[in-house]
Parts: sequence; C-alpha cells; structure tokens
Amino acid sequence: MTRFEALVEVQLRPGIADPQGATIEKALPALGFDTISAVRSGKAFRLTVEAADEEAARTQVDELCRRFLTNPVIEDSIVTVSAP
Amino acid sequence: MSARVGVVLFPGSNCEHDVVEAVETLGGEASLVWHGERDLGAFDAVVLPGGFAHGDYLRPGAIARFSPVMAAVASFARAGGPVVGICNGFQVLTEAHLLPGALQKNRGLTFLCQPAELEVVTGRSALTGGVAPGTRLVVPINHFEGNYTCDERTLAQLIDEDRIVLRYVDNPNGSVGDIAGITNDAGNVVGLMPHPERAVDPMSGSTDGAVLLSALIRAAGRAASPAPATAR
Repeated sequence: MTRFEALVEVQLRPGIADPQGATIEKALPALGFDTISAVRSGKAFRLTVEAADEEAARTQVDELCRRFLTNPVIEDSIVTVSAP
Repeated sequence: MSARVGVVLFPGSNCEHDVVEAVETLGGEASLVWHGERDLGAFDAVVLPGGFAHGDYLRPGAIARFSPVMAAVASFARAGGPVVGICNGFQVLTEAHLLPGALQKNRGLTFLCQPAELEVVTGRSALTGGVAPGTRLVVPINHFEGNYTCDERTLAQLIDEDRIVLRYVDNPNGSVGDIAGITNDAGNVVGLMPHPERAVDPMSGSTDGAVLLSALIRAAGRAASPAPATAR
C-alpha cells in the first residue's frame, strides 16, 4: 500500500447561486481589478489515501465525493491525486 | 390518547422547543429525541426542526444525515409514519435522499427572515391533509439556503404526481416553481422551508402555522390507531 495525496476541489455547478463569488466580484472595481470577472467560490479538501496504486486511490476519492463531499444536485468536484 | 410527536434534537438545532410548544398548544404530545437515538417506536410522527445541525459543516444537512437517528427516521418513513422536516430539517431530508432535490443559497444573496404568503397546492400530505388546495397561509421564513432546486425531470415528476405541498405566492428566494415545500410519493414525508411552529401563538402575528401542524397531529393520530406507525 502506498500513501497518496489528494486534492478535492468542490465547485457549484453552472447556474447554481453563488452569493460569495458574486459579492467578491462586486468588490473588485473598488480595488482597481477591472479586468477580473466570473468569480466563482468553492471549497478545497486535502487528504491522504492509502491504496495499491494511484487509480485505486482515485476511485476511493471519487466515491467519497459522490457520497459525501459533494451534493451532486448542486455541486461538481475535481480530484487531483499525486504520490507524495 | 393524543398523538405523540418526536422532535429530533441534533447538535446545533435551535427550533426544537418552538416545535414542542406549538404541538402541545395544538393538543398533541411532544418530546425531544436526541440525534443518537436509534428507536422511534414511541412516536406517531417525527419532526426534524430548524437550526444548524452539526454546524451546517460541509453543507446544511450533510453531516446530520449520518446521525444514528436518521436510520430510524428512514425506517419510520418507509413504514408510512409522518415525517416533517422544517427549514434545516428539510435540508437534512434532501441530503438523506428521503426527498429529492436540494436547497441552494437564496437568489438575491441575502439571508431572509420575514413573513411569507404561501398557497397550499396539495391536500394529500402529512402536513396538509384536510386542507383545501388554494388555501393561503402566512408563515415566517428564516433561511439563507432555501432556494429549492432539482433537475427538470424531478420537477415534472413533482408536478405530475401532485407532490408540491406549498408554493410561495411571491417567491422570495428564487426557488424553482415557487416551491416552499414538497412531499414524497406516499405523502407521509414532507419538507418545507417556512416555520409553521412560529405561527401558532397569536402573539407571533399569524396563527396560520396551526393549520399545518394540526394536520400533522391528525396524521399522527391516524398513524397511532389502529396499528402502530413503526414496523420493527
């Protein structure tokens, strides 16, 4: 078994209300960031997984995302797995 | 014997005493049930109250779904027992897959705490049995994540199967189809964002919540006799 590091980024699906992202975006002009737009907020989780190989680690994390870390009705996730 | 209503107390619930008070005012018996409880056999109906179960960590309802009591709530619901989730309780029921869809953040970016005018859409739910469709009620809302959403197929199913329980007359939060509350296919599991327990005492400005909770107490009474609600 090998320990892998995983990064899970959870984001709201397109069309799902994101008040935090929208509020941050509204504040940008006051700071002079006129060229930045389309701000979407999300969550990130770092975790370690013990698995036989990288694919097995990814399978476990994908399952965790589907069953717990995301609500598939409103959220998607991006999983990055790397050997430490 | 009056209907016995169990009100689940999660760490972070904050409307449980309001529900107990309202049910008792309306002639039911109510008691708190700690979320670690695994047996709901003593009750004829179960309410998941509002608040912030388990701090709403991850998402509202995401952790509460794993509380030991939720397996008992699922069995109670499968056996036909009346189950009502109010506000955070509605969020818990969707996360537990006892009701479809999800509650996203309000359109308009604001937390809402105000009276809401509702229209009863169906009378075939544990919360609206005997209430005429079209009845208008004023009941307060108090939420940030109250904007009900689901895919188009689910929405069509909710409409076709007469499972929308309550609609907002003037949609405050962007909820799809103006939905304020829905039920499962059997009609015994109901989730709603408005707080009927806060509209029972005349001092609170409206007593329209009593219409809904009285229907729940009647449903619980039917569940209580002749056979117990829970098959264990």
